[in-house]
Amino acid sequence: MSKARVLVGTRKGAFILTADGKRQNWEVSGPYFSGWELYHLKGSPVNPGRIFASQTSGWFGQVIQRSDDGGKTWIQPGTPPGESTPAPGSMPKGESNKFVYEGVAGTHKWYDGTPHPWEFKRVWHLEPSLSDPDTVYAGVEDAALFVSRDGGQNWKELSGLRRHSTGQNWQPGAGGMCLHTILLDPKNHKRIYVAISAAGAFRSDDAGQTWKPINKGLHSPYIPDPDAEVGHCVHRIAHHPSRPDVLFMQKHWDVMRSDNAGDSWREVSGNLPTDFGFVIDVHAHEPETIFVVPIKSDGEHFPPEGKLRVYRSRTGGNDWEALTKGLPQKDCYVDVLRDAMAVDRLDPCGIYFGTTGGQVYASADGGDSWNAIVRDLPAVLSVEVQTLP
Amino acid sequence: MILVVLPAHLRTLAHVQGDVQLEVAAPVTARSVLDALEARYPMLRGTIRDHVTLERRPFLRYFACEQDISFESPDAPLPEAIISGREPFFIIGAIAGG
Repeated sequence: MSKARVLVGTRKGAFILTADGKRQNWEVSGPYFSGWELYHLKGSPVNPGRIFASQTSGWFGQVIQRSDDGGKTWIQPGTPPGESTPAPGSMPKGESNKFVYEGVAGTHKWYDGTPHPWEFKRVWHLEPSLSDPDTVYAGVEDAALFVSRDGGQNWKELSGLRRHSTGQNWQPGAGGMCLHTILLDPKNHKRIYVAISAAGAFRSDDAGQTWKPINKGLHSPYIPDPDAEVGHCVHRIAHHPSRPDVLFMQKHWDVMRSDNAGDSWREVSGNLPTDFGFVIDVHAHEPETIFVVPIKSDGEHFPPEGKLRVYRSRTGGNDWEALTKGLPQKDCYVDVLRDAMAVDRLDPCGIYFGTTGGQVYASADGGDSWNAIVRDLPAVLSVEVQTLP
Repeated sequence: MILVVLPAHLRTLAHVQGDVQLEVAAPVTARSVLDALEARYPMLRGTIRDHVTLERRPFLRYFACEQDISFESPDAPLPEAIISGREPFFIIGAIAGG
């Protein structure tokens, strides 16, 4: 029977939640890397036993971890524990934590509009290749895209993105200037989408060498030019593997849709109680069914009326229904952060999301009903799920 | 033999328990101690000093014989008590945040 393995990154460590295909009884393991912030964990679609994790700390910086046995054991790629000191002149170790911008880093704009040096802070998102278990992309703060082609041992910036002519004008959002979304096109291996807060969405059609802003149709009245080419605070983008040109976006405010690979966008917020939010995802088997979690506002990062509701649209947006069964409908004031929703590939499709209150909710019936797998983890930063044979 | 006391999180990362003992060739300085530490435990590279500039990370401090030497030259000789191993070289994380 198939299994689901949910990878949860929190403010104080990582947790792995596993269940059989019924997804009723869950085993919880962890914390892994306790005390550290785990911004993101994600498994390779090619080799599900291989999981990459971004372990980070304001004190000790960035650490990349990798498991090759489904999360039972972990190493820093290229630096197995207990290995003896490398001989002089041999391949240096400890390179897996090294993220260095290519060339002169230059400046972007600071919050007040003044130039500010590009400074690496952390890895927000890891996106393993769809075809090669040794290739993985990293989206980092300050915004840039890195790639490793040796299982996370060494990282090289795909600097065409940061060197885009608009790069010097990018500004951070409240959470920092982070590259938080990486979408790989399963039908066109040279096409990559990324999203940056608060620069917007970008697309590469040459495997990351050159980039094009894809923000036409986004409207952000809180920035000097509401229809600017860049400067939009995109929170998350998702697509369905069978229709990679159809993109869904949760912007700071507004839920958006593109049917032409991001060349233009239209709003599909429809009847949502608020169109502010962070997460968005697509049903595994119904490309027009999408999920968001509305959040009251950017000033109050909690659900409207204290009711935690997932909203589902079966029409690709505009018409939304509230999903409440099993979710708290009073006195709930948690947030759901941008990387904290995922769907499995089982049938019926499972949907998962984590909250800043430490709950991880799961639905094994396409969103109709929900249960908390765990209720008392540290604040959840990210949720990913692997569907295992 | 130089004794180095690491913050708990870095001991976990390096897969060590307790103090670290290092052979460090003269002259024994903060830089040479950290070089030896990172050579023996390469997984610590970047966690104490920046990978490229080798500057101390902002929330860490170096202590020797109860003195904060974080702002002294990394090439200044360490006290005899450190060199002889009677006193440890401390790497300490700031008590800040949650």
